[in-house]
Amino acid sequence: MRMLTFANRNTKEILRDPLNLAFGLGFPLVLILLLSAIQANIPVELFEIQHLTPGITVFGLSFMTLFSATIIAKDRGSSLLQRLYTTPLTPTDFILGYTLPIIPIAVAQCVICYIVAIILGLNVTVHILYSVVCIIPVSILYIALGLLCGSVFTDKQVGGICGALLTNLSAWLSGIWFDLDLVGGVFKKIAYALPFVHAVDMERALLAGNFDGIFPHLWWVLGYAVTLLVLAVLLFLRQMKKQ
Amino acid sequence: MDAIRIENLTKKYKDVVAVDNLSLSVRKGELFSLLGVNGAGKTTTIKMLSCLTQPTSGDAFLNGKSICKETTAVKSIIAVSPQETAVAPGLSVRENLELMCGVHGFSKDKQNAKIAELTERLGLESVSKKKAGNLSGGWQRRLSIAMALISEPEILFLDEPTLGLDVLARSDLWDIICSLKGKVTIILTTHYMEEAEALSDRIAIMKDGKLLICDTADKIKATAETDNFEQAFVRIVKGVAK
Repeated sequence: MRMLTFANRNTKEILRDPLNLAFGLGFPLVLILLLSAIQANIPVELFEIQHLTPGITVFGLSFMTLFSATIIAKDRGSSLLQRLYTTPLTPTDFILGYTLPIIPIAVAQCVICYIVAIILGLNVTVHILYSVVCIIPVSILYIALGLLCGSVFTDKQVGGICGALLTNLSAWLSGIWFDLDLVGGVFKKIAYALPFVHAVDMERALLAGNFDGIFPHLWWVLGYAVTLLVLAVLLFLRQMKKQ
Repeated sequence: MDAIRIENLTKKYKDVVAVDNLSLSVRKGELFSLLGVNGAGKTTTIKMLSCLTQPTSGDAFLNGKSICKETTAVKSIIAVSPQETAVAPGLSVRENLELMCGVHGFSKDKQNAKIAELTERLGLESVSKKKAGNLSGGWQRRLSIAMALISEPEILFLDEPTLGLDVLARSDLWDIICSLKGKVTIILTTHYMEEAEALSDRIAIMKDGKLLICDTADKIKATAETDNFEQAFVRIVKGVAK
């Protein structure tokens, strides 16, 4: 009950910020529409709607990192967290309260992207449902990254690090915008050592109905999600203790 | 009866001693002020008493409960209004109060009753639907105090509650704080000497983490041999007073 009250507050804070809605929902949709328009004029396999949509649904999660990092950093900066630390809320309540409200937002973002993709010609199959369900572990990965950044950085730093650096990292190293084989070498090795391209490959395989193809990418996603979540919890508890 | 008993409380940050062997007691229902220049150790003392920071050594007992060993019990009887305005900016005034009721596990009926009582007591009716982030500093401070009071604390910590407010807003807050005297034990930190003198039953003056004096405003003035409290404060802090 206590945790739900706190989670409810966090949902309201995120959804009431028009910039969050504009970037969280608007930007991925603009990208789908724009790249589909390019694809209509200059056909590129990578931008075909069945390839593009899973990538955009993963890229859109970068904004979930920004949401979670910003709300925690702002709460720390305004002393609201300090006030809440003197209440019966437990560390588990805080972690879940910051994490849970963003998962439905991430799923909603994914669903909206698929609705637009269907309008643009994506075949309606049950595989879309699988892709939406499997976006949940990917979203936990991105939210954990936000928890981690929000526990360490100020809200201004979070804007630069999560808003610019992480968004670019997630874009360049995910194989959404260009085939990583085109660059190859160390760049590709780095990309495959990080979780972003694995998340995209997994989502693409799910949408294509290639269930064998989700491995080993699912393990990479789950491994990074669990590691980042544990790290985020430790850093959050550390800053809580430092208060 | 003592609401707070502090015994040899010390807090060290690496080489810096923020609070040095502090011992004092605060009576139930008393409005007790902590005064001192920046870095005197006031906020660190409040952080330790409100279980936000662990003391390096020593202990304090809030209504008999140890801040080192019974943090959950201590948290259930205290409330803090921090130095910065600690409100949820995207929520309305009422929603902020609902948040505090929720985290304290109030039933719906108790929540509605407490919100009605506090919005009336602190004059928040006219702004109850407004977003907290859009309120002026004075209104945000009122809301901050209402949020602290909602859990019916036995001990309330007000860390510089009138910092940065204009004269009228400060006067309004003084009235609110005065109305709480006797009902709740209040620990107030402030930089405003006239505020401490006007509101407090007793005042403690700290410097470099050490307690210099703890008495009523009149006795502190007598000790410093002056009728002016601000002058008395300066003399004591500078070590000029006898």
